[in-house]
Amino acid sequence: MAEALRSSDGERQPNPFIRFLWRRLAVGVVLAVVVSVVIFAATDLLPGDAAQAILGKTATPEAVEALRVQLGLDRPAVQRYGEWLGGIAQGDLGDSLSTRGPVTEAISGRVVNSLILAGLAALIMIPLSLAIGAYAGTRPGRPGDLVASGTSLVFIAVPEFVTAAFLILILAIGADLLPPVSIVAPGTSPLATPAILVLPVLTLLLASLAHNVRMVRAGVIETMHSPYVQMARLNGLSEREVVFRHGLRNALPPAVQVIALNLQWLIGGIVIVEFVFQYPGVGQLLTQAVALRDIPLVQALAILIAVLYIVINIVTDLLVVLLVPRLRTAGAS
Amino acid sequence: MSERVAIEVRDLRIETRAGAAIVEGVDLAVERGSILGLVGESGSGKSTLALGLLGYCQAGLRIARGAVHVDGTDLLALTDAQVRSHRGRDIAYVPQDPQTALSPAQRIGEQIHRILRRHAPERDTPETVALVLQRVGLPADRDFVRRFPHQLSGGQQQRVAIAMAIACEPAVVVFDEPTTGLDVVTQARILDEIRRLSGESDVAMIYVSHDLAVVAEIADRVAVMYGGRFLEEGATADVLQRPLHPYTAGLIDAIPDHRRFAMPRGVPGVAVAVGERPAGCIFEARCALRVPNCAVEEPSLDVVLPGRAVRCFEWERTPPLARPERVEPALAGDAEPLLRIEALSAGYSAGGSTRLVLRDIDLTVARGRSVALVGESGSGKTTLARCIIGLHPPASGAIRLGGEDLAPRARQRSLDARRRIQLVFQNPYDSLNPRQPVGRQTAWPARRLRGLSSTDADGETLRLLDLLRLPARVAQRYPHELSGGERQRVAIARALAAAPDVLVCDEITSALDVSVQAAVLELLAELRSALGLSMLFISHDLGVVAAVADDVLVLDRGEICEAGPARDVLTAPSAEYTRQLVEAAPALEGSDGGGAS
Repeated sequence: MAEALRSSDGERQPNPFIRFLWRRLAVGVVLAVVVSVVIFAATDLLPGDAAQAILGKTATPEAVEALRVQLGLDRPAVQRYGEWLGGIAQGDLGDSLSTRGPVTEAISGRVVNSLILAGLAALIMIPLSLAIGAYAGTRPGRPGDLVASGTSLVFIAVPEFVTAAFLILILAIGADLLPPVSIVAPGTSPLATPAILVLPVLTLLLASLAHNVRMVRAGVIETMHSPYVQMARLNGLSEREVVFRHGLRNALPPAVQVIALNLQWLIGGIVIVEFVFQYPGVGQLLTQAVALRDIPLVQALAILIAVLYIVINIVTDLLVVLLVPRLRTAGAS
Repeated sequence: MSERVAIEVRDLRIETRAGAAIVEGVDLAVERGSILGLVGESGSGKSTLALGLLGYCQAGLRIARGAVHVDGTDLLALTDAQVRSHRGRDIAYVPQDPQTALSPAQRIGEQIHRILRRHAPERDTPETVALVLQRVGLPADRDFVRRFPHQLSGGQQQRVAIAMAIACEPAVVVFDEPTTGLDVVTQARILDEIRRLSGESDVAMIYVSHDLAVVAEIADRVAVMYGGRFLEEGATADVLQRPLHPYTAGLIDAIPDHRRFAMPRGVPGVAVAVGERPAGCIFEARCALRVPNCAVEEPSLDVVLPGRAVRCFEWERTPPLARPERVEPALAGDAEPLLRIEALSAGYSAGGSTRLVLRDIDLTVARGRSVALVGESGSGKTTLARCIIGLHPPASGAIRLGGEDLAPRARQRSLDARRRIQLVFQNPYDSLNPRQPVGRQTAWPARRLRGLSSTDADGETLRLLDLLRLPARVAQRYPHELSGGERQRVAIARALAAAPDVLVCDEITSALDVSVQAAVLELLAELRSALGLSMLFISHDLGVVAAVADDVLVLDRGEICEAGPARDVLTAPSAEYTRQLVEAAPALEGSDGGGAS
């Protein structure tokens, strides 16, 4: 795939944006391969041996050796890496050591659950942070801004597991409005019982929203002081148009980058939040997999999360280029 | 007459929240089809006034008093929403820097459409946009309309800003230094455009500028601002020929003019700061004609001659303009070459290939001579300065100082070679260390390059500050405590502390006000004759060149297109490019009294 991308990169591409897209994709693929090497090396080569880890320190050398052969660990690492990578390319992530079934089966339901959680949080976070940021940024120092900025500072300062604990204490235990844990019965979708999603989403939202609000606010304050905003006002444009078309619009490129950082944080944050609420997503699965020494599962989840990071980065870069005419027309190199 | 008046301002006062006046007691009226020039140096309140004419204030300021009638409506008596419906429709504004004033994320056609949609929806058609663009001399095809601001040149951006201003056919257009960021040739074209628009569209225009020479080219009447007040007002030609206020006279004397080889003279003292405005005349502290009453009572702006108003008790004593002929420094008979540049080429490498910005430059600065290097921005002047002092290694060619080859990089040169060439940078706001008292900064070259002891270096600092007419206490000050002119003099003192043979001055007056610039130029002339200093003076301003240079080299896109004695090059240019520059450079028509009709 990387080959195909590179060759099309060399050919004539009339649109600089398309060329930029190909180049970023190619870099993304290379990056994913590098990450896969690191993951494989870290989990498979460095700390002893999977067979030993599974059987524990008391196992006889014979038993360990038998398991090694069974797991294919006696073959050279390069060969095993090649097989692993080839498997990934075909959608085969290997077999889980704990479930003894295909890894894909073990994680598919979990991935959907996590995507529901993170997706809901992102879906609310993005428009909300733009709205609150623009609101605060257009009235810096006034009461509305002080409340928004002050609140966001509090949530930046508090780690998400503390936020989660507080929310459980107040909304679940104190007021008894919502379930304190978000257990999903196997084989059902969390969307069937929306109430269990409220607290985890709210925790993720509060923790990630605050950063975005502050960045959007800072960007809007800056653009609202720019000569083009003054010019728009001197041209008699309505304040609405000034704020949205000139102020917020030109504050978007830096905001998009911070929002992307927070989306990536969501992926990490979800591990903790899922653990706190016992929500059956990839985060919880990952912690279990590590505890059970289920190395194929750990590798699969790690590469999945890494690819997600890379994809978010690429999408962000593209968005920024689309939002900044100077980059879009210059063919960004 | 009065229905011809498009804008009339009465007793306008704009102040800070703390109550200090930025603009005070301004009255003005401009008729349709005529241009009023507002001239002032930095801090005079001219830009604040320009915005105030649209009923607009920047954050922290407020309009405290007065009336601004535009086409009969007092903008200051309206609500915010009402004023907004007048801005852009009846009175429009053209900003100083269109590069930052055009929204980067909107196509230019879209930006014009939005103004039309807001104020004249019935005319909001692609045809109107095309027409408006054509009126300012821009192409109106689909491709151009769809461009973003960054895809235009500086001159085109300014034309777009003017197109936006005239789109709704306003009664008044306010121009706030619209050509300051442009090169002289582009500036001349934009001024032509504005003059043409004024003639054909029956608009009243107000043109704000720090540059009296530019205003002289365009305005019918001119008002001179200082400390937030009008000091003088009258027909442009009259004011330039026979200024009535001592400040106006000083300002005119300070303007270097490439058509007259006169030495500009600075206005003594420092401009009055906001909040320190005195009880009496605002100009009293710097005035040579002051009488005791000036410190007590503020003169009013009175009409003293037909069509002439002045704010001065002693206006009758203001001397007529008499600028001293430039004193040619006595030249050493032999004029032995000191700095010699031979076949120098230099460039910047980008993506594997080198783009040459200087090609085959030959240049000689003889001992005690002053050589000016003239060129537009992008002509390679600054790169040449950087090559000479060893900040930018040339691609080929030689730099010789007193017969000795200099290494391409400063750190390969001996301490003594470094000492002998010193550079003064363009911007004194960036070139001094903000965290060190300036005395430490001027002492350092003396210690490092001349090996003076710290006591001797401090003594040297005091001597140099005195030479540059800075009080000794300045040595303990930090750069931010000094004015722009003081900072630039500190920067010169720092260069002189190395006791150089050659002083390379890169646009050293371009960040300064004219009255301050004149003082710095005077000082440089004195230093040359006192110290026998050789100078390479880099500038885009032909007036400045005429004031300081013996010889001139004209740089056009990296190549020298003309060289010779200053008088010959500036009065009878032979290269086409030099001719364009000389033609385009604004100048006071001065003694022959031509100018505005």
